[in-house]
Amino acid sequence: MAIKDLPREECYLPGSAACPGCPATMAMRIVFKAIGKKMVMIVPACCTAVIESIHPKTSFNIPTMNIAFEAAAAGASGVEAGLRKQGREDITVVAWAGDGGTYDIGIQALSGALERNTNFIYICYNNQIYSNTGIQRSGATPYAAWTTTTVRGKTEFRKEMGEIIQAHHIPYAAQACVAYPEDLYKKVKKAKSIKGPKYIEIMAPCPPGWRFGMEKTVEMGTMAVETGAWALYEYENEKVTFNGKSKLILDGKIERKSIEDWIKYQGRFRHLFIPKKDVKRLKEIEEHVDKIWERYRACYL
Amino acid sequence: MTSVMIDTGNYIAAKAAVMCKPDVVAAYPITPQTTLVEGIANYVGTGEFKGEYICVESEHSAMAACIGASSTGVRTFTGTSSHGLLLMHEMLHWAALARLPVIMCNINRVIGPGWNIWTDENDSISQRDTGWLQFYCSSNQEIFDTVIQAFKLGEHEKVSLPVMISYNAFILSHTSMPVYVPDQKDVDNFVKKRIPKWKLEVENPITFGNIILPHEYELVRKEMQEAQENALKLIPEIAKEWKKKFGRFHGDLLEFYKCEGAEYILLSMGAIGAESKVAIDNLQKEGYKIGLARVRVIRPFPIEEIVKLGKKADLIVIDRNISVGMEGALFSEVKSSLYGKTDAKVHGFIAGLGGKDVTFGDIETMCKKAMKGKTKDHQVWYGLEEV
Repeated sequence: MAIKDLPREECYLPGSAACPGCPATMAMRIVFKAIGKKMVMIVPACCTAVIESIHPKTSFNIPTMNIAFEAAAAGASGVEAGLRKQGREDITVVAWAGDGGTYDIGIQALSGALERNTNFIYICYNNQIYSNTGIQRSGATPYAAWTTTTVRGKTEFRKEMGEIIQAHHIPYAAQACVAYPEDLYKKVKKAKSIKGPKYIEIMAPCPPGWRFGMEKTVEMGTMAVETGAWALYEYENEKVTFNGKSKLILDGKIERKSIEDWIKYQGRFRHLFIPKKDVKRLKEIEEHVDKIWERYRACYL
Repeated sequence: MTSVMIDTGNYIAAKAAVMCKPDVVAAYPITPQTTLVEGIANYVGTGEFKGEYICVESEHSAMAACIGASSTGVRTFTGTSSHGLLLMHEMLHWAALARLPVIMCNINRVIGPGWNIWTDENDSISQRDTGWLQFYCSSNQEIFDTVIQAFKLGEHEKVSLPVMISYNAFILSHTSMPVYVPDQKDVDNFVKKRIPKWKLEVENPITFGNIILPHEYELVRKEMQEAQENALKLIPEIAKEWKKKFGRFHGDLLEFYKCEGAEYILLSMGAIGAESKVAIDNLQKEGYKIGLARVRVIRPFPIEEIVKLGKKADLIVIDRNISVGMEGALFSEVKSSLYGKTDAKVHGFIAGLGGKDVTFGDIETMCKKAMKGKTKDHQVWYGLEEV
């Protein structure tokens, strides 16, 4: 499927409060197209709570419920039960949260909803920071990245949320990226067709958060995949299948690009290059990514 | 036909809740609420409860799930206690601001540290400002009747606010008493289907709870206040309707007991409120002119009724809670209600914290001290302080 073949109907309306180049809105537009109007969305505290614009207006043409930061998955469980009780199982319930609301404060409610087999799609748009509060570290922030709470660079590596999700043995999970809308569309479409808990995480490079130009969102997303900093895959029936460039990297058909080629365009890693190159930390980053791919190959090849 | 059920407060509450046919119950167990959620789980097993029962992983999620379900327009119920209620705190505000009539039993239990599962009322008292309507019960029959009335009240179009029904740990939650249980069809007639103020529906896509500017937000708060004020009128109406249909009456905002000709009125709540009746009987036998006004509702606070009492008598307040750094909540609120309107003296006692037993004898002692003028300007710690 090509972009031109996506449904024309837009449920993401013009006039939102998103930053220019916002990856969340790019992803959301595709998600709305994939699911259609028979959808209810639950949004915890995250950029989307701002993007949706100011009461009494809205930029979403689908019913949306805002809920507390840590409560998206639990709120979705309630919405799903309420709709089911009214015989509305035709409606897709979507929890739409950022990485802060997913990796950190919301992980308990998410784990609970997955374990309870809640019939919903949980989507995490991952921009690797608490962006709505102005760029603080999250459990998804990569090693050495600057944030306002890691001023000399984060000293820990990020969590592997995908593997935590897999430990719940849900029917479907996937990793996608805003730079590959057709792939995202397909994954959301598939998730919609499966009953039970589904989890999709979307890599969402954030221009103001990562400190790159607003025209480079797609490029930063593509590079995230090509460097192996982010992997595209599906987890279905206990089996992980890599796809796109990530599959080629996994199979050893292409070499992943150097992380340096990706992060040198991001102001959040500037301190690794200026005033002089931080060879030690750059090496640690590359080695860490290599280690992840070694594990991927051991587990999924 | 009405039947009699002899059971504990928690099982009685479960029975009442299930008879109101909530569509979704989401709950997390905590001592001493456990038998309430187990009771509902049993009704799932027997098929008597036909709603969805979500076994969540925390109280925070219990309230979040109730909020989610309620926002689709259905009826919801949950129960909690103490630390569970405190963990819900954020979502208590959320439910009230979203105007979602979640109905909840809270079993009044002490807050740690140290761990203590006995009763006092600091858990729910500390949630007074969340926008929930708050009832305090003094018998299992009152729990049963109040739970059913709460659905009608909270879901009423003029209220549309969540309701908390509190009762004391163990003294009520785990004590069996006979309770009259009406016919299911009579309960069905009393509590009609919920008509939600707003709901999530694909046919009418709205965004609920997005950014709101100061002026509009202030209006939201004002509307909540007006809804609470509406409840002040509706609580007596619903209690009256209940009395007419089922023949039972526990008072409306307050329950008055032998107040005629009283020069002193004792104000107490919950189980101490029940115990107070025995004390009043004994004190009146001794010739004291004292009556009881048991406070059933603290949100909305019955200001007018308190003023009426203050115009007739001096007041004695017993609090099983303390707003540390100030005084017991009831003592404060009673005095603030009276300010500038009467010259009534208000005597205050703190008693029964940490689950310490408060017998009718203790209540008589407190009342006598007050009536003999042996109190202090501040609220007296009964049993810890000489007066």
